[in-house]
Amino acid sequence: MTKLPALRRSPIALVVLLLLGLTMTGTAYAAFKPAAPVNPMEQAANASEEDIETGRKLFLANCASCHGTNAQGNGTAGPSLVGVGAAAVDFQVSTGRMPLAEPGVQAPRNARAVNFSEEEIYQMAAFVHSLGPGPDVPEPEYLDASQGDPANGGKLFRTNCAMCHNSSGSGGALTRGKYAPDLMNVTPAHIYEAMQTGPQSMPVFNDDNITPEEKRDVIAFIKDIEEGGSSYGGHSLGSLGPAGDALFVWTFGIALIIGAAVWLGRKAS
Amino acid sequence: MTTTRVPQGADHLRRHGRTTAGAPPTKPTLPPGVGWADERVGAAKGMRFLLNKVFPDHWSFLLGEIAMYSMIICLITGTFLTFWFVPSMGHTVYDGQYAPLQGVGMSEAYKSTLDISFEIKGGLLIRQLHHWAALLFIVGIALHMARVFFTGAFRKPREINWVIGTVLSLLAVIEGFAGYSLPDDLLSGTGIRAMAGFMQSAPVIGTYMTFMVFGGEFPGELIIPRLYIAHVLLLPALLVGLFTLHIMLVVVHKHTQYPGPGRTNDNVVGFPLLPVYTAKAGGFFFIVFGMTALISAFVAINPVWVFGPYDPTQVTAGSQPDFYMWFSDGALRLLPGWLEFTVFGTTWSFNIFLGSLLLLPLVWTIAGVYPFVEQWITGDKREHHILDRPRNNPVRTAVGVAAISMYTVLALATVNDILAIKLNLSINDITIAFRTLFFVAPVVSFWITKRLCLALQRADRDKVLHGREAGIIMRSAEGRFEEEHEELDPYTRWPLVQYEPIRPLSLTEGPDVNERGVSRRRQMTHRLRRSMSDFYFADRVEPVTPAELAAAHHHGEQEAIEAIEQHSDPVNAIPGEVPHGRHHDDH
Repeated sequence: MTKLPALRRSPIALVVLLLLGLTMTGTAYAAFKPAAPVNPMEQAANASEEDIETGRKLFLANCASCHGTNAQGNGTAGPSLVGVGAAAVDFQVSTGRMPLAEPGVQAPRNARAVNFSEEEIYQMAAFVHSLGPGPDVPEPEYLDASQGDPANGGKLFRTNCAMCHNSSGSGGALTRGKYAPDLMNVTPAHIYEAMQTGPQSMPVFNDDNITPEEKRDVIAFIKDIEEGGSSYGGHSLGSLGPAGDALFVWTFGIALIIGAAVWLGRKAS
Repeated sequence: MTTTRVPQGADHLRRHGRTTAGAPPTKPTLPPGVGWADERVGAAKGMRFLLNKVFPDHWSFLLGEIAMYSMIICLITGTFLTFWFVPSMGHTVYDGQYAPLQGVGMSEAYKSTLDISFEIKGGLLIRQLHHWAALLFIVGIALHMARVFFTGAFRKPREINWVIGTVLSLLAVIEGFAGYSLPDDLLSGTGIRAMAGFMQSAPVIGTYMTFMVFGGEFPGELIIPRLYIAHVLLLPALLVGLFTLHIMLVVVHKHTQYPGPGRTNDNVVGFPLLPVYTAKAGGFFFIVFGMTALISAFVAINPVWVFGPYDPTQVTAGSQPDFYMWFSDGALRLLPGWLEFTVFGTTWSFNIFLGSLLLLPLVWTIAGVYPFVEQWITGDKREHHILDRPRNNPVRTAVGVAAISMYTVLALATVNDILAIKLNLSINDITIAFRTLFFVAPVVSFWITKRLCLALQRADRDKVLHGREAGIIMRSAEGRFEEEHEELDPYTRWPLVQYEPIRPLSLTEGPDVNERGVSRRRQMTHRLRRSMSDFYFADRVEPVTPAELAAAHHHGEQEAIEAIEQHSDPVNAIPGEVPHGRHHDDH
């Protein structure tokens, strides 16, 4: 009876097949997906002429349709990139925000959409950097979270960042569908560049506002949360504050106790 | 025990619910401890009264106990917390174990909360237990209140206890807010800031009131010590005092019971306090305590170290109060900004005033007066100890659900930012949707609930008359197929037919015009009462009468029942009365 044809008609077969298919697709996807670059980039100021020229070609092929052939901007389609600096290019392209997949209120972070190698991003950054002076990619010494002071970073974070990104860095809503994204698993370089360049709705925190050392403190604070430095007392329920607590107590919490009450009152009928 | 007890009133009816009924009249030998106490304070009489109290058994009667036990857990854990908490806004610098805050300036209240969490053994567990129990306390109150409302347990003679319960729920919310504000973290400070804004929005006296409460400008250094005394002394004393009264009135009134065979307005069917209910209720306390402890051990609540110390220049995204304050916060998020205006150099902040200082008392006033309003409409001055099944009072149930829907819309508006990021929606669209829903949801939910109740009543009626569908298909000799209907046994039938339908005044008083078509002179209030009575009771399904049941059984055939339903008066009419709106045909 337990021959293969019989098993094939079992209702469990469908579930098993579905699970197999999903697992295999997922594994294959994980194996082949393009990985976002993680290493901090070399300073664009040191780029060679050759890199700049390759960067220009990449720019023309991938960015010029919105930003214009000389990166001068194209009305509402895309802003001018003269003077945005290499930091902005690195941030936007290596987080997968640019090239923009589709028009929307905000370019979403998408590590899977990064279709350039580290070198190509560097070349594009060098090209944009050559158009006019702007913030360069950060130096590695300011990206080392272990050298930062998370306590000072926390103070800076609560003063400058928490009102949008939440005091636990879990993100928050802005007007009309825009949002301040979740800061977990963002590379130190991208955190630094975001502060430096103020992408999308974010304000610019230049070196006079928050010094490079202080930026490193902020990175140290965020990395501390990421590594579980603030997770005491059990499950955090998504770090949503009282909203998560309310959801939990009105579902699991009260259901547990009402379940006990039903069990106690059962003898009545 | 020297007095002879003379049986009185309904004692003979109540007796069968007691296990000690017919106790010998001779002086019983008391256990040593009880005897000692009885000879000095006469404890035996009171104990006998209490221990013989009978409580009906139903899980929904335990919802209030969830609140009661959570309150006790809060009292126990709260006492523990007072040993270490420092209710002071004095400045200090953190030097404890939690690295991300080392060297950060903060208040002593916040520092001591961190110390309870990180330095005191078991402190974090007790803190979380205190907070989870506080949330469960209010969830328990809300559900208990809903149970009492939807079963009509607030009717005479329990109106006063309903009012006490309403006040208790308000006190619980204020108590929760006060406790939530004490740790002086970024979220609780934001909450106090909101409270200051609420008070300032009061016309004319707002500023004076704020200065009085805060002892000057916000935040000052007084608010936390003041809230502390309110939280650990004033409000708990009021809560425990009123709660005791609440329970005493339950003992005086005796517990209500769901309709069932043998249950009348003059008896209570259930188990005595000793031993059954002592075991059940006592056990339930340990279950609630155990489960709350389990939750507190595994799920973090209010991680104040994540929020950071309060600083008036800072705020965090996702600032929400605990859920019981949501409806007010949500109202502020929904009220349009143009409600704030300036007249002769004075600012009138109705955008805040309406959602806070007006809404908060309004909600509890509406809840508190409801029993009296319903009694005025029905004119029913009799005592009720048998609960309504919610479907048997469709409009009351629908009004309750509509009110809950309104409250829920306001409450959910508080998390509009969380909904926006979690559901990838625009916060502006969510706000517009909630503004619309605030007006639409109660109407729709009223209508749906009322229709559902009426449909359920009709289904009950159908079940009583035609029996339960057995699921057995019978084939007769001539080849006809029909489904068997099983007649209900009297025990199952009783709850479906026992209720008293309430008829609208327009039926019981007769039409609004006399025979000549001249409208009767009535007072304004009476006209209002008539129209409210119509609103409540015009649509209703009458229970199956014994005559209808007998007819259905004797003929035992579908046609006979249909004939009765069609040719006799409609089910919503009273024999001998002229149905409203049909008097022209009959005269």
